[in-house]
Amino acid sequence: MTEHLAALQVVIPLICAPLCMLVRYRDWSWIVALFGSWSCLVISWLLLQQVMTGGIISYHMGDWAPPLGIEYRVDTVNAFVLLIVSAIGAVVTPYARESVRAEFGVNRVYLFYTSYMLCFCGLLGVTITGDAFNLFVFLEISSLSSYVLIAMGKDRRALTAAYQYLVLGTIGATFIVIGIGLLFAETGTLNMADLAERLADKPLSRTIGAAFGFLVVGISLKLALFPLHLWLPNAYTYAPSVVSAFLAATATKVAVYVLLRFLFTIFDVKLSFGVMPLDSILLVLAVIAMFAASAVAIFQPNLKRMLAYSSVAQIGYMILGISFANVNGVAAGILHLFNHALMKGGMFLALGCFFYRIASVNLDDMAGIGRRMPWTMAAFVVGGLGLIGVPLTVGFISKWYLVLGAFERGWWFAAALVLLCSLLAVVYIWRVVEVAYLKPAPENAPDIEDAPPSMLIPTWILIGASIYYGINTDLTVGAAKLAAQQLLGAG
Amino acid sequence: MTGGTAVAFAIGLPLFGTILILLNDRYPNIREAITVTTSICLALIVFGLVPEVTSGGRPSFVLTEIVPGLPIAFEVEPLGMLFALVASGLWVVTSIYAIGYMRSHHEVQQTRFYACFAIAISSAMGICFAGNMLTLFIFYEILTISTYPLVTHSETKDAVKAGRTYLGILIGTSIAFLLLAIIWTWFLTGTLDFTPGGILKGKADGPVLGLLLFLYMYGIGKAALMPIHQWLPAAMVAPTPVSALLHAVAVVKAGVFTVLKVIVYIFGIDTLAGIGQDDWLMYIAAFTMIAASCVALTKDNLKARLAYSTVSQLSYIILGTAFANSLGILGGGMHIAMHAFGKITLFFCAGAILVASHKTEISEMDGLGRVMPVTFIAFLIGSLSVIGLPPLGGAWSKWYLMLSAADAGQIIFMFVFMVSSLLNIAYLMPIVARGFFASAKADKHHDDHHGEVSFWNGVRFGNIREAPPFCLFAMTITSVGCILLFFYADKIYRMLAPVAGIQG
Repeated sequence: MTEHLAALQVVIPLICAPLCMLVRYRDWSWIVALFGSWSCLVISWLLLQQVMTGGIISYHMGDWAPPLGIEYRVDTVNAFVLLIVSAIGAVVTPYARESVRAEFGVNRVYLFYTSYMLCFCGLLGVTITGDAFNLFVFLEISSLSSYVLIAMGKDRRALTAAYQYLVLGTIGATFIVIGIGLLFAETGTLNMADLAERLADKPLSRTIGAAFGFLVVGISLKLALFPLHLWLPNAYTYAPSVVSAFLAATATKVAVYVLLRFLFTIFDVKLSFGVMPLDSILLVLAVIAMFAASAVAIFQPNLKRMLAYSSVAQIGYMILGISFANVNGVAAGILHLFNHALMKGGMFLALGCFFYRIASVNLDDMAGIGRRMPWTMAAFVVGGLGLIGVPLTVGFISKWYLVLGAFERGWWFAAALVLLCSLLAVVYIWRVVEVAYLKPAPENAPDIEDAPPSMLIPTWILIGASIYYGINTDLTVGAAKLAAQQLLGAG
Repeated sequence: MTGGTAVAFAIGLPLFGTILILLNDRYPNIREAITVTTSICLALIVFGLVPEVTSGGRPSFVLTEIVPGLPIAFEVEPLGMLFALVASGLWVVTSIYAIGYMRSHHEVQQTRFYACFAIAISSAMGICFAGNMLTLFIFYEILTISTYPLVTHSETKDAVKAGRTYLGILIGTSIAFLLLAIIWTWFLTGTLDFTPGGILKGKADGPVLGLLLFLYMYGIGKAALMPIHQWLPAAMVAPTPVSALLHAVAVVKAGVFTVLKVIVYIFGIDTLAGIGQDDWLMYIAAFTMIAASCVALTKDNLKARLAYSTVSQLSYIILGTAFANSLGILGGGMHIAMHAFGKITLFFCAGAILVASHKTEISEMDGLGRVMPVTFIAFLIGSLSVIGLPPLGGAWSKWYLMLSAADAGQIIFMFVFMVSSLLNIAYLMPIVARGFFASAKADKHHDDHHGEVSFWNGVRFGNIREAPPFCLFAMTITSVGCILLFFYADKIYRMLAPVAGIQG
């Protein structure tokens, strides 16, 4: 059994998806999804343990030896990302039960769980595979299902948002597949490890250069790097609450992982950051993303949209860390993947709780909500403190390593910019705090209870984890550093 | 109880108290009994640490390691011991005062008030006992956030606006400058432990250290160096017990305490004196002293005047530190205690005047001293101590600060201290004079409230309309404290001598 863990990681959600469709009855499909997501969490935990003690796991699909067969390859980097994705899935699924029922109408619930499981499967597949084309296939599975998930939003603008995402996402996917095709043309292989070996021997040709360009742009579109982020705010705003939380915490993170994989494992660090001036390009784009998106977030009346812009800014932090191309910087990027998933996932879940009770996530409707839904609002505030980077939250740990990476690289101005940008987060978070706690609720506001426990508990699990991993960083910093060393050492 | 456990208790106890306070939301008497009991226990625990620390012990305790090599660790050294004594001792008095004030003033949301207060004290203890800069920074930030609900307590528009200034400046400077300086220090030295003699010696050249000093000094917004002092006057919208304990003692002293810690244990006074990069700091501190006093003169609102006075007094300590010699550290450390007692007395009086006569403006206080004699006598004692006249505690710290200026060869700053003292007289004494000697103006507000006087909201006796007994009790204690500190200043001297490098 244990030797098949790598395959099961993807196969279980893949089987769960049609099962959800078949059982149809709402709670049954929920139970199937719950089983799928929880077993994936167990598997990814076991995989991470195996990798951290025993080294890289290589699994040959159908026993076909690579490079011809498809290889699943787990090292610290993707074991860590697998854990993030499946942990978010495992927390979001129990939450989904109430929220989905309220937002979808009982008859369409099974459709949600089907596409949700497919998306989950796709994200895990992208992360675990060691084959470049297989990666593209899973990327499409996750993208297509996420278009469906977003379009399921109640607001009719969800359709245009999904369509926008569909167009841009397809362009990104096309770029990626062109890049992979060019690499195949140059080397004759699709296996990542094999690609890396063969590319190392080859002098830089135009084909390789073009492949590099196509891949970087395509992936950047998927991870919503400024200025390729235009699909993200609408998609997150109009998607159903659960979907926003799930995608914000996983989809862009997986895309960042793919970028890491291509830049450091498949291409050489010397190519990515030496021959190609990618470090300065990424640095500039990341800094603009941080400041521009945070500034835009300040003026959003819709809190989901505010968090969406904040996500664009936070992706900027991750990319900034990667652009330093040293252990602390890359580790900060990977660390922030995890940390941001916890905070932002938790905050989106909190917004889902608000939506469940007051059917709105507009700032104007939040007056006095701190009294009316104290636990939900508290979760939102703690998550927000994390975004600011207050000590004892995960956001602080990310910033610590990010600034350290900047000093190591000698880019002290980047260090100062990271911290200055946190101040913008203070503004957009505190704007909400003031309204929620210090503005009286309207006279005619109905009496409401706090969100139901089945939603509140998952929210607090993520928020609690964002505190726990801000204090005990053995797992996160340990794994992120190891991952960064592996990535940089490979180059 | 060993020293280490005592330290853990000192930080944990107020937090535990917070939980109990929240649980007893509906029972004000029990809630306030818990507050007072917690504060007394805390004070006893902190006092219990004194013998070990004065005999050279350094009780310590490590909570957990956040980043490899960087634990949340606590170690008690004399400076922190002194600050902890002041903060925990005055918390007892303030808790008693708060009962009188909050009830008499019919404040809302009192549970939140007491709960946040306890968290703030816990973080102040964390700052006192922090064993490295990271731990200090963590509690520094918790202190800021836990006092925000206290500043915006009244939930009015003004309070919200003040809260913005408060949070904006304190969080802003601490993240943008202080955190940057801390990570930079860690990058240069690989440690953040408070080490006697400093850790930056020889790790970087002069200009870098100068820049670091700038980042630290302007990162520690709580020390209220101009021009980042505005949060302190803004914070005066808070209920008076908050202004008294937090914005005259715990929060602002946490700021100057951090300054002292950074100079003594991160830079090292010899290093700082050696690189000669701190002249600007002396001039800025001197400017703050004088300018803030001048602003205080123009304020008619009593709490605003006291706030600017605090800004000015904080810079005494920064200036003393900037001299980078033993006497400066000694005087600065001593001034933490002396000013705390003086200023808290003044704030207690301001609050008492507010609840007993509903007056906030100094120009309305003509003849009030004859109506509220206890309050105004306490105010006189507090004022004299802040001015620095014997036989009051404030005299000693000013003495050592002046000596330190002479020792550093900075005669000009001796004049600055003198001018500042004169300004203190100019803005504090008229209040007392008005109270006792000016004839009362016709007061339409006199009898139109509270026909009945209960134990909770005032004392009346003939013409006398005094504040609630809890308030009178508290201000008597602190003004007696001001006098006692004059006679027992040698204890503080002995305690701080090892830090300042003086052979005891």
